[in-house]
Amino acid sequence: MSQVQLSVKNAVKEYRLGGLISGTTFRAVNEVNFELYTGKPEVFSIIGESGSGKTTLSRMILRLIKNDGGTIELDGKDLNRIKGRKGEMDFMSRVQPIFQNPFETFNPLSRVDRYLLDTAQHFFPDDPDPEKRVEEALEAVGLSLEEIGKRYPHELSGGQLQRTSIARAIIPKPEILIADEPVSMIDASLRMSIVNLFSSLKERFDTSIIYITHDLATAYYVSDRIAIMHRGIFVEQGPARGILENPRHPYTKLLVRAALDPSPDAEDFDYKPSRFEGEEFTAKGCLFADRCEEAGNECFHVLPCEVELEDRIIRCLKYNIK
Amino acid sequence: MSQNVLSVEQLNAVYRTELYGIKREVKVINDISLTLKRDEVFGIAGESGSGKTTLIKLLSGTHRAPLTVLGGKVSYDFEDRDACTDVLNCSRADLDSIRWKNLSYVMQGSMNVLNPVRKIHKSFIDFAYRHMDIPDKDDFREAVVTYLAKLRLPAEILNSYPHELSGGMRQRVIIALATICNPDVIVADEPTTALDVVVQRETLNLIREIQGQQKNTVLLITHDMAVHANIADRIGIMYAGRLVEEGKTRDIFYNPSHPYTQHLIGSLPRIGDSSHKEGLKGNPPNLASPPTGCPFHPRCPRAKKECSERNPAMEMIGDEHRVACYYHGAK
Ligand SMILES: Nc1ncnc2c1ncn2[C@@H]1O[C@H](COP(=O)(O)OP(=O)(O)OP(=O)(O)O)[C@@H](O)[C@H]1O
Ligand SMILES: Nc1ncnc2c1ncn2[C@@H]1O[C@H](COP(=O)(O)OP(=O)(O)OP(=O)(O)O)[C@@H](O)[C@H]1O
Ligand SMILES: [Mg+2]
Ligand SMILES: [Mg+2]
Repeated sequence: MSQVQLSVKNAVKEYRLGGLISGTTFRAVNEVNFELYTGKPEVFSIIGESGSGKTTLSRMILRLIKNDGGTIELDGKDLNRIKGRKGEMDFMSRVQPIFQNPFETFNPLSRVDRYLLDTAQHFFPDDPDPEKRVEEALEAVGLSLEEIGKRYPHELSGGQLQRTSIARAIIPKPEILIADEPVSMIDASLRMSIVNLFSSLKERFDTSIIYITHDLATAYYVSDRIAIMHRGIFVEQGPARGILENPRHPYTKLLVRAALDPSPDAEDFDYKPSRFEGEEFTAKGCLFADRCEEAGNECFHVLPCEVELEDRIIRCLKYNIK
Repeated sequence: MSQNVLSVEQLNAVYRTELYGIKREVKVINDISLTLKRDEVFGIAGESGSGKTTLIKLLSGTHRAPLTVLGGKVSYDFEDRDACTDVLNCSRADLDSIRWKNLSYVMQGSMNVLNPVRKIHKSFIDFAYRHMDIPDKDDFREAVVTYLAKLRLPAEILNSYPHELSGGMRQRVIIALATICNPDVIVADEPTTALDVVVQRETLNLIREIQGQQKNTVLLITHDMAVHANIADRIGIMYAGRLVEEGKTRDIFYNPSHPYTQHLIGSLPRIGDSSHKEGLKGNPPNLASPPTGCPFHPRCPRAKKECSERNPAMEMIGDEHRVACYYHGAK
């Protein structure tokens, strides 16, 4: 049996609503549950609405922000109880991020090779040949020290910069890689190289990858499991292909229908624009209700809880009521 | 007025850098010729680092050192006959006077068009007020509100700061800003990346709707081929600082002729298709010392000897379909 490696239980993050409706708080992440397992590496994708809390969730798992409720554990140990330099170093060598905006990852005043070599030396202080580790990591993402080493971050294209930040993240050979929109800035062919790289990291090093993306097609291609996030909630999670081929939650259905097909003959689609910012987050009941074609009266009053539905877990009243 | 609103002739540019006394030239734009018609959406796709953002810096006249023009011409044919047309040689003041009014551009990472410490309303005043010939500030605000409503944006957002809006909202505000003066040409670099697919649809429908009404020319850069398929009339494909293929959207998708384009289209994943897809083999060319001959030859499955010796020029192979490859007929 595989053992629980990462456990996220009822994770909550609250923020104050700025400007528009001041004084109130909302849950950017609202009772999210999922697990990853040792010995069963997976690509676990999180797809969802812009502003639904994907980055916030990933930042909690990375210990960059604290959860306001629930627990997040790595090998049974609460992340909030990790203390001291040694504990932090150990955590960082096991869970590594790739951020959404590579321009923020890099120090603009530091050359790219310096940055990567520092990372290698940081994690492997006794290694006499850190350059070899850097070269290997760069090779895995289709770059080389010769080509980009002597440059400063602003001299690289967006795509080159993002590949460099992936190279940095894989230097310590982490067990879990959290990639927040790692391919949104790179070309379609390179996207495939990167997601194939995820598969090979999974197979070669048993690395699990949490892949946050808006690109349904690459998520379908690479993921084992998938979670659909809407306004802080995992509305549907389960096997990636099952969910994308046969979505059950009304939001997932909308998402799959809205996804553009890369074909000039793709169909048009009529959408119902979302409510004004902030309103949905603080609304009572299901936060998708007012856009939902299948919503009943009770959906505006009752927040659905998780139910198991065949291969998946879903939060929708339609499936709560027997 | 000619049919074309922009013509680019044999544009060449380099990034000229000096490090420890060693001069280096990154050959970023190589011999690009291109025309944009009135009332069309022209999409540009291409490899990361192939020079797309650099190209639009040149087309908007916003290039600065170390980016250096070696030769070529960029000229617009704006409806307003007094506007400056030769943007590579316009003064700063002239460029400022055509921005938003004749030529709008939204650069990559466009969130920073909006000043983070100024309310949205102020951004409209900063950018659009002087072009709109509505001297009274209240009337101006009224006009902005009316325009926003047309784009289904609530008037309240004018009192918000950029960070208070979601990515999708901000994107729509930027589109409103870029189009409110009804410019001849709108250039947008990755306007829908980082948006969820529902908001992306919304944004694209919006761009289409505005373009349909105003009949402007939209130059759209994105890596998302599905976006091009959905919105572009014609598409140009860039590789290593060159335009390697150009054609109507249907031709690019159904009859791609350059081996790079063929690979790009062939490697697109789709929901429901679980076949293995490969990224392009080999490394992207180093533009500081590009390969001899055709820059794609080291990675090309059909390269022959001459491909490493001479660089193929763009050749017309069909109705509005051009390609730079000696063996474009081969599969
Ligand atoms: N520090 C903060 N203070 C207040 N609100 C915040 C903060 N960080 C994020 N938020 C809000 O929390 C919500 C979730 O944001 P988050 O960045 O996690 O979304 P996301 O799913 O990653 O979105 P995207 O797809 O656009 O990247 C948003 O409404 C955002 O405005
Ligand atoms: N200031 C600079 N100095 C030197 N080289 C640069 C500079 N800015 C960009 N480059 C190089 O010029 C090339 C083109 O960059 P550009 O940003 O135009 O590419 P792009 O096609 O927009 O890429 P992406 O799809 O990743 O956004 C890249 O190889 C990049 O490394
Ligand atoms: Mg995010
Ligand atoms: Mg770019």
